[in-house]
Amino acid sequence: MHKDNHLNQQTDKVTFGFWVYLMTDCVLFASLFATYAVLHTSTFGGPPSFVLFNLPSVLLETLVLLTSSFTSGLALLAAQRHETDKTLDFLGVTFVLGALFLGLELSEFSHLIQSGNSWQASGFLSAFFTLVGTHGLHITVGLIWILVLLVRVYRRGISTATTRKLMIFSLFWHFLDIVWIFIFTFVYLMGML
Amino acid sequence: MQKLTILQEKSEAREGSLKSYTIGFLLSLLLTSIAFLLIWNHVSSYHEVFSHPFLYASLTILSIIQLWVQATFFLHLGRSSQKRWNLIVFLLAVFIVGLIVIGSLWIMNHLNYNMMQMSPHQVEMYMINQSSL
Repeated sequence: MHKDNHLNQQTDKVTFGFWVYLMTDCVLFASLFATYAVLHTSTFGGPPSFVLFNLPSVLLETLVLLTSSFTSGLALLAAQRHETDKTLDFLGVTFVLGALFLGLELSEFSHLIQSGNSWQASGFLSAFFTLVGTHGLHITVGLIWILVLLVRVYRRGISTATTRKLMIFSLFWHFLDIVWIFIFTFVYLMGML
Repeated sequence: MQKLTILQEKSEAREGSLKSYTIGFLLSLLLTSIAFLLIWNHVSSYHEVFSHPFLYASLTILSIIQLWVQATFFLHLGRSSQKRWNLIVFLLAVFIVGLIVIGSLWIMNHLNYNMMQMSPHQVEMYMINQSSL
């Protein structure tokens, strides 16, 4: 009983600490959004956003990331029920979807750069690449994190500590999807107006 | 007897959670689709169907609703009692975010205003002309 209580307190502390970190990440993204808001018309004579952005691709990225956020929740649920195989399955799906998202995004970036619209071309593009690129970096770190979790669950199975780690990861992954809501709305959708 | 109680507790939390993730997922899908459809229709009809102010407002509202959906159904914000401190930290972050975003926009808007009352486009053309010298 005493050990259970200790583990619960640990979980609460760790969760709260990670939540505080997530809030600072929030402030970081807010600064990048503010910068983008200020610079998004500074195209320096180059093509505007509605010419550069490919809406179908962005919709696909959005749906892929949203689904991966859903499956990360399912992975956590499976872990809480001590269903090791299901946990591995859902974690794996989350990884594949996340990697797909990243691939689509890198492909988009590559097209922009090769057509001469890199971050060096204008203030608008600097702000765009910094904002969306920072989100992409977070996704990349998340993907590495999934791999580490996969190895841990595969080799050691589900424990209270592992479930806590999975919960922390899913907080991170849900947060990234929430940031993406604002990226696709304010950068891509409003960029078509 | 004890084992049974624990299993019962877990199963209650379990059912609530799968439902919660599924509802959150479906609602988010719906909100995302509405947002994309609005813009898609608008662009396909050569910007005729909706007004820009309407679109800015509805997209903003849609994104805030989806934020709430994902915070509630994915992050489970607002549930247990431990969340009191989480809420305080969240509100602090919201405050700082508001300060930074509104402050930056206000300052930068005033800078453009001071640039001899030129529009952003005029400022750009002026700068391009200067850089070619």
